Amino acid sequence: MTTEVAGSAAVVRAPGPWSRIRDGRTGPVGLMLLLILVIWYAGAVYLNAPRLIDGYERNETAWTAPKLVDDAWAMERPILPAPHQVLVELNDTVFGKKITSKRSLVYHAWVTISSTLLGFFLGTALGMLLAVGIVHVRALDKSLMPWVIASQTIPILAIAPMIIVVLGAIGLTGLLPKSIISMYLCFFPVTIGMVKGLRSPDPLQLDLMRTYSASRSHVFWKLRWPSSVPFLFASLKVAIAISLVGAIVGELPTGAQAGLGARLLVGSYYGQTIQIWSALVMASILAGLLVALVGLVEKFVLGRMGVVTAGGSA
Amino acid sequence: MQNVAVTAVPAEALARSAGSSVVRTNKLSLTFETSDGPVYALSNVNLAIGQGDFVSFIGPSGCGKTTLMRVIADLEQPSEGSITVNGVSPREARLNRSYGYVFQAPALYPWRTVDRNVTLPLEIMGLSKQERQTRAAHYLAMVNLTGFENKFPWQLSGGMQQRVSIARALSFEPDLLLMDEPFGALDEITRDHLNEQLLRLWEKTRKTVVFVTHSIPEAVFLSSKIVVMSPRPGRIIDVIDCNLPPDRTLDVRETPEFLAIAHRVREGLRAGHSYDD
Repeated sequence: MTTEVAGSAAVVRAPGPWSRIRDGRTGPVGLMLLLILVIWYAGAVYLNAPRLIDGYERNETAWTAPKLVDDAWAMERPILPAPHQVLVELNDTVFGKKITSKRSLVYHAWVTISSTLLGFFLGTALGMLLAVGIVHVRALDKSLMPWVIASQTIPILAIAPMIIVVLGAIGLTGLLPKSIISMYLCFFPVTIGMVKGLRSPDPLQLDLMRTYSASRSHVFWKLRWPSSVPFLFASLKVAIAISLVGAIVGELPTGAQAGLGARLLVGSYYGQTIQIWSALVMASILAGLLVALVGLVEKFVLGRMGVVTAGGSA
Repeated sequence: MQNVAVTAVPAEALARSAGSSVVRTNKLSLTFETSDGPVYALSNVNLAIGQGDFVSFIGPSGCGKTTLMRVIADLEQPSEGSITVNGVSPREARLNRSYGYVFQAPALYPWRTVDRNVTLPLEIMGLSKQERQTRAAHYLAMVNLTGFENKFPWQLSGGMQQRVSIARALSFEPDLLLMDEPFGALDEITRDHLNEQLLRLWEKTRKTVVFVTHSIPEAVFLSSKIVVMSPRPGRIIDVIDCNLPPDRTLDVRETPEFLAIAHRVREGLRAGHSYDD
């Protein structure tokens, strides 16, 4: 019996390379990536083929299936570019250009990131301020919440040009108008999460404060605020991602000078689908990095607060 | 903060000069207005708790013992009658921070270490960092938790968590300790152990303790006075003086004196119930 247990423990201790891939994260992630690539390549052929066949027939060129596939993956302005075309474009524009150049994707990403981050900080500040007001002033709870919710029912694409125009008329141009669109989107999850978080202390924890005849500011700083931190981080992850969306949307009506939004717009003017897709891939990489960054800060802060995060429990 | 400390002294002096009663109620009643009609939580409660007493409220669930405790703590307002705590209204007593409250659950703040949970009231009351550290160390030692200062609450057992909450209530050195079924959620072995510790603590500090329980052995073992209550409306049926030897251990529960008192408590509780049916 004992030897059997020891034997099985030894098996657990030394997994083969195959089971490590299958049971770990590498396996599923890799498989999913492979699946997406296959579908993408197949989609590229399917979507680009009709135009290619038209061309062959017009030029009376003989064509075969392998040639069609080759051509479909190498068009200059494809309907759907193949992944490697996007990668080549990304490589050219990220590593092949000086980052100060207007042709560098790093430059455009930086423009978008800076308005994303400014918008994120403004939105977080506004969201927290509203939440504190809503939790502490009964009148605000009744009067403000409907407006907060209504603000999010307006399509951002409709209101973004108006914000840019109005702010432009009072002399605000450049980074700030775009950040304000980011702020407009990202204050909402922060407010909702914070209100929930600030109201999360249980009656006993509140009664305890009452027995100390604690002031409202003590109740806030020593109880409500720390209680709300886990809720806040959940909101911040959503907020930073939609802040990026806000920044990109904000770049569309500015006349498309710089930023990932501008790349998207210029790409669509000239049918540069490869450029559009590389900007999209760049945007999603940025979104992933930003959310991961918030996650890292969350892990650090909650760790210091003694909160056991999933997977870290003893 | 300073002002509160200054005004607290005359209030206490007043209370002592007015008599030895820490808590005194006169025809106290409390009715909760609910959507299903009024609920009579307390009815005509007359009670005097003296300095240094260990008083237990015992009764079945819903007999208003916790409500009475919450009235003393100014967490509920009475509908009729009067009550004084330390000679003043419960509200003033609360503002003077004259009592420490131990709840049914430990109610520790999970983001604070054990140490910082104990110093929470001291931070609010504006004590210096050094004084806070000294007090935390002192009272954690008193509940046998030295060495656990930097643990978070989730790393402690239920009994240890409740001991932290007792240290927290003692840390700002109130004269009156209100304990609302503090060991109700614990297993019997842990409860016995904590009962003994609490008794030693009371002998050492000589604070006035008001203790809510529905365990007869616990009430008889700990108390100098037992208040038997009955439900709907919550009222006092019997007040039993309990003069077991001060240095008693858990073995006292086998003695005839102990069993006689326990019997009288049980009779009281039974009387309350037959009235209810």
